[in-house]
Order: sequence, then C-alpha cells, then structure tokens
Amino acid sequence: MNAVLAADIPYWGQSLLRALGGAVVVLLPAGTIVYVFLFKLMSFMQSRLGPMEAGPYGSMQLFAEVGKWLQKEDLYPNRADRFLFKAAPLVVLLSTFMLAVAVPFGPDAIFSNFDNGVLYILAVSSISVIGILMAGWASANKYSLLGGLRAAGQLIAYELPMVLAVVGVVIQAGTMNLQTIVVRQNADSIFGWSGVGNPYILTQFVGFLVFMIAVQAELTQAPFDMPIAESELVAGYMTEYSGFRFLIFFIAEFATAGVFSLIASTMFLGGWGLPWSWFNWNSLSDVHNSMNVIGPIIMVTKMMIVAFLVMWARFSYPRFREDQLQKFAWKFLIPVALLNIAVTSILKVAF
Amino acid sequence: MLAASGLVAQNVAFGMVALMMIVGAIRVVTTKNVVHAALWLVVVLAGAAAQYLILSAEFVAITQVLVYIGAVTVLFLFGTMLTRAQLGKSTDLNNKNWALGIPVALLLLGTLVYVLVDSFHADKVIDDPKSVPVVTTQQISDSIFRPYLIPFWALSFVLLAALIGAIVLARKD
Repeated sequence: MNAVLAADIPYWGQSLLRALGGAVVVLLPAGTIVYVFLFKLMSFMQSRLGPMEAGPYGSMQLFAEVGKWLQKEDLYPNRADRFLFKAAPLVVLLSTFMLAVAVPFGPDAIFSNFDNGVLYILAVSSISVIGILMAGWASANKYSLLGGLRAAGQLIAYELPMVLAVVGVVIQAGTMNLQTIVVRQNADSIFGWSGVGNPYILTQFVGFLVFMIAVQAELTQAPFDMPIAESELVAGYMTEYSGFRFLIFFIAEFATAGVFSLIASTMFLGGWGLPWSWFNWNSLSDVHNSMNVIGPIIMVTKMMIVAFLVMWARFSYPRFREDQLQKFAWKFLIPVALLNIAVTSILKVAF
Repeated sequence: MLAASGLVAQNVAFGMVALMMIVGAIRVVTTKNVVHAALWLVVVLAGAAAQYLILSAEFVAITQVLVYIGAVTVLFLFGTMLTRAQLGKSTDLNNKNWALGIPVALLLLGTLVYVLVDSFHADKVIDDPKSVPVVTTQQISDSIFRPYLIPFWALSFVLLAALIGAIVLARKD
C-alpha cells in the first residue's frame, strides 16, 4: 500500500520525513488558528479590526508575538520545584505530538497505520493532564494549584463522554483503525444511497455533538475555561509562566485544538477522502496517488471548519460555573452518549 | 528465556527500558516527596507500556497508558495535591512496617520465576522474528465476547457493585 514511498526512501529518511511532518502538523494549525481565528475572527465578531500594523492586515503579527515571547526573561518562583516547573510545558506539548501521529492524511500519507488508532488517541490525550497538574503544583502558587486541580477534574470528567461518543463511530465502522474508518466513510452508503459515501456526521450526528462538546472541554476553551478563569484564578496553572515556557503552553493549547479538529474530521467528516462512487474506486489500492497531495489539503480545509466551530463557541458563550460543568458532563452528556451507543448497536444489528 | 539473536534491536530496547523502570521503581520508594514519587511511578508504568509494545502487544500497551497513566496516576496526583502535597522534602513518609514488604516481594518474585521456568523450561520466546504471532484487537474482542463472556460479565458486575458502593459511602443523606 505504501509501496510508492517506502520502496525509494530508506528507513532513516522515512523517520526524518515523519519527524518533519509531525512538526508541520503541530505548528502549522497552531499558527493558522491563532492568526485567523484568535486575532482576526474574534476581533471582527467584536466589531474591531485586531492587529493591523505588522504586515498587510497584521499578517506578520504572529512572528512579532513569538519574537516578543522569546526575548522575555525565563522567570520561576523562588520556592518552585525547579525541574517539574520546567518539564511541565514539555509534557503537555508531548501529548499533542503523540496525538498528531495517529491522523491519516492520504492513502499513503500516514505517520503510522495501526489497528488501535481510536483507543490510542483517547489514551495519549490524557497525558496532558499530568503536565497540567505538574505545572499547577510546581509553581508554588495557590492560584496555580487550584487551576491545575480544576483542569484535572474537568479533563477526567469529559474524557468519558468523549470515549462514549467515539464508540458509536467504532461500532458503525467495525474497526478502531483510523485509516479504515476513513475508507468506510467514503466507500459505504447511507441506507443504499451512495451519493456522498457515509460521512458519520450524518448517521452519528448525536455522537458528533457530544464529541465536539467534550473536545471543547478537553481543550479548556470557553465556556469550559475554568482552569484559567482570569477573573478568579489570575491565569490558573499558567500564572507563574513567562517567556518561552508560556509560549510552549500557548502553542500546545492551539496545536491541540488543531489536532482534535483533524481527529474530528477523520472520524466524522470523511477524513482525507472524496466519496468513492464519484470515481468508481472500489478499494484502497484503486485510490489515485494524487490523493496523497489532495488529501492533506482536504484535511486542512475540514480542520479549519471544525476549528471555526470550536472558536465560534469560545467567543460566544460565557463561562460555566464549576458545579454546572460537572453536572453537565455526568448527568447530560454521558446518558446521551450511552443512548447513542444503544441505538447505534441496535441499528447496526438490524441492517 | 532470552529472545533469539534475530531480535538484537528488541533486546537492546528491552534492556534500556528495563533499566529505566528499575531506576524509576527505586526512586518511587526513596524519594522524599509524595508528588515526585507519583511521577516516578508514571516512569515505571510508561516503561511497562513500552515493554508491551516491544512484545507487539499493542492493545495491552495502549490500555496500560489509558488506565494506569491516564486514570490511576492522575487520580493519585489529584488526591495528594488536594490534601497534603507540600513542596520540598517531607520527613514522615516512611511507614514503620516497610520491612514487611521485603519478604512479600521476594515471595512474589520466587513464585513468578518458578511458574515461568516450570511452564516454559528452556524454550525460546521467539525463534524467528517473522513468525511472531500478532494478536489483533479483533481477536482479543472475539475471545472476550465469545468463550470468556461469563467471566467478563462477572467482572462487570464487580465493578458496578464497587461503583454503587462508592456512591452509597459518599452520599450524606
């Protein structure tokens, strides 16, 4: 299947390509989301222009910001646990990189094609919690500790609806391999109609909604931003961070938003593929090689759409209260997700 | 008991990860800080996941990360930070019965070594790297939901009972 690339490139070359690809997949969405959505879209929604000075329409603002953060002094509190304080942002970023590895971008453009992709995503997304707890505790600051604990409680609570929402997709596709999930969505038909394949957003709409709400909470974007609630906790677990280490937290936040948007597009929007009935493709080997170039473009387009939804919700809703947040996860999202699983499995057996 | 000579890379990786796990395990019990101990435990558990991956047991490795790193240690960290996690060194971390652990650990080691040697003798784990049996997740789920369905249900009921018990204990009214 990956004969085109694998035959010509030695193993070290492939590894190098994978490392470069990983850096691109993490950094490019982060930069795009920050500039297009956080700087520009948010400003337009609030009837202002946003950054306009650096470059045309402020397009160079991002570089100015990064340059500013890199110049700042690397501060740490006097009583902080030095090692953990420095390691925490890297643990959070590590989780983002590990997430990106699972996403397929084309018939051959994949980092790793393994059987348990869905389970793997759910497993490594929880590693960032450890980094956040480390940051909150090692800062030697009560606000930081409270922010870290809030983040941990929130991430644990919303991990569960996310897992349950994804189970519907896994039942329908009959596999946990993300590449096969993409193939199934483009090759299958909805009750006999194969005009657009079977993107699971149509047949798993409830699952998609629950998944996106859980993602919003996992990313700690408003209305779920209690961990860094600026009016209560200064900046939560990030309070004591400055300069480069704050930049890493910042990149990780938006890179994770990008990667989760990619994952949502893979599982619900048909991933890199186009409906196969349009081209008379029957199996993965029929898919034209040009999809390795078109696929990533499709994926980035879908990522921008999904990330727009996340950011739209972020700019539109006020923050929840801590108890409302927990109630919403346990008393609403989880029952809805369980019901979705039951209905999906009944329909799967019936048809 | 060692893997065959065709698996040099695997053997080297095993040795490195095993060394990391041993250092981590020793630091868990010798460090003077509760949070550091919990984080060293993460190193040990991640090492176990890596060992499963080297043995090409993908599903078990990912489950190890999901359950032990994502849930159990996060709960440890959450609990200690909520109650008594001070920065710097603590003095009263040792339980006075700690020596009892030594015979228990030795007994466990002896039992495991005996069982392994008794059942495999001088068999090599893997002779030829090409013949490694890869157990897919589908096979695992097939065996859970076919021959082992009753034990699986029994375990689910134990978990359900524990869940309800926790709610009963925590409720005030």
